[in-house]
Amino acid sequence: MTDPVPFRPLTPGTQPPLDVPGYLGTVRRHPRLKPHPIPQTVTETSGPQFSPRLFPASEDLTKNTTGAAALGERIIVAGTITDEEGRPVPHTMVEIWQANATGRYNHPADRHDAPLDPNFHGAGRVYTDENGHYRFLTIKPGAYPWPNHRNAWRPNHIHFSFFGPAFATRLVTQMYFPGDPLLAFDPIFHGVPDEHSRNRLIAAFDLDITEPDFALGYRFDVVLRGRNATPMED
Amino acid sequence: MATMTASQTIGPYWHIIEDRSWADLTRFGAEGEQIDLIGTILDGDGQPCSDACVEVWQSDPPASDTFPGFGRSNTDSTGTFRIRTIKPGPVPGRGNTQQAPHIAIRILSRGLMTGLVTRAYFSNEALNEADPLLLSIDDAERRSTLIAVPESTAVWRLDIRLQGDRETVFLDV
Repeated sequence: MTDPVPFRPLTPGTQPPLDVPGYLGTVRRHPRLKPHPIPQTVTETSGPQFSPRLFPASEDLTKNTTGAAALGERIIVAGTITDEEGRPVPHTMVEIWQANATGRYNHPADRHDAPLDPNFHGAGRVYTDENGHYRFLTIKPGAYPWPNHRNAWRPNHIHFSFFGPAFATRLVTQMYFPGDPLLAFDPIFHGVPDEHSRNRLIAAFDLDITEPDFALGYRFDVVLRGRNATPMED
Repeated sequence: MATMTASQTIGPYWHIIEDRSWADLTRFGAEGEQIDLIGTILDGDGQPCSDACVEVWQSDPPASDTFPGFGRSNTDSTGTFRIRTIKPGPVPGRGNTQQAPHIAIRILSRGLMTGLVTRAYFSNEALNEADPLLLSIDDAERRSTLIAVPESTAVWRLDIRLQGDRETVFLDV
């Protein structure tokens, strides 16, 4: 039988290393040994496919908790998901989670002394259309302190989870906001060595996504791993 | 050519999107040999990682309306994850090879800037002796970090050590 076409190797510097000394959580959790290289097989080149029939979309985080409106600045986040060849990734599930407008997660482990919003759980799920476009409505998340170092604050961010077509294309990341002064001090953001790759995690304010008299719009385009154009021999 | 968007840690609050039913891949009525795959995730100090997200993917049995092939479990206060699934059969490897039954695992957590990928094989499979991936790991003790062992009836355990003594073999896919 024909071997599956593998996905491209990652480009050095564009992904964070596991050992990021400024981020204390990595100190006892990063493996010391190099990962063992394996050829990609059907296990890696196939992957889960989610359908909105079994996993319904929830595209309005401002009203998906109790039905009443959450507090804070409404924003629209939209973008296109493509692969490394520039091809759109259609009909793929995107998971979203975030803190509320005050910088508090609706999560028992979050002890930050900022108010919860009973109308904001902070989770969403969207699917790309046939052209790889996605869009959701949410509340701009607040900054919050974390115990990494003295006076450490996470910049405003939204967590994203992408699947793409295969086990090998899975990506979990965070989207940041333009002009955030906290980005300069954040060891997680700065864990990405390559400056251009790092800055691609910052969404762009977009007047075309912005809706008059309603909400500002931000564009966050995402690239998932692509396949080599031609099959390689082992 | 644009490169893949950079990864960031899943952080400690990913449970906000958790649906605990996802830990049971048999929930849509799949038929086959039902097993639980469990394991404890330990850090470099031997302390349990109690905030991790453990995802599994298997290409056998093939995904269908009754079997999603994908599952997700949290780790509890003892660092333990628990996935209920159907025990996979062998799948093709590259060339004319065959791979022993296995489940692909990805660990995401606070303190991990990218997911860590590994596999669970099963200690009772004769095909392990000919599996290309297992054969590519020379050291038998290292190899054993990928092989789940029976804990009780239909329960298989694969503990995962992120760092240091008996560190799990993580895979560069």
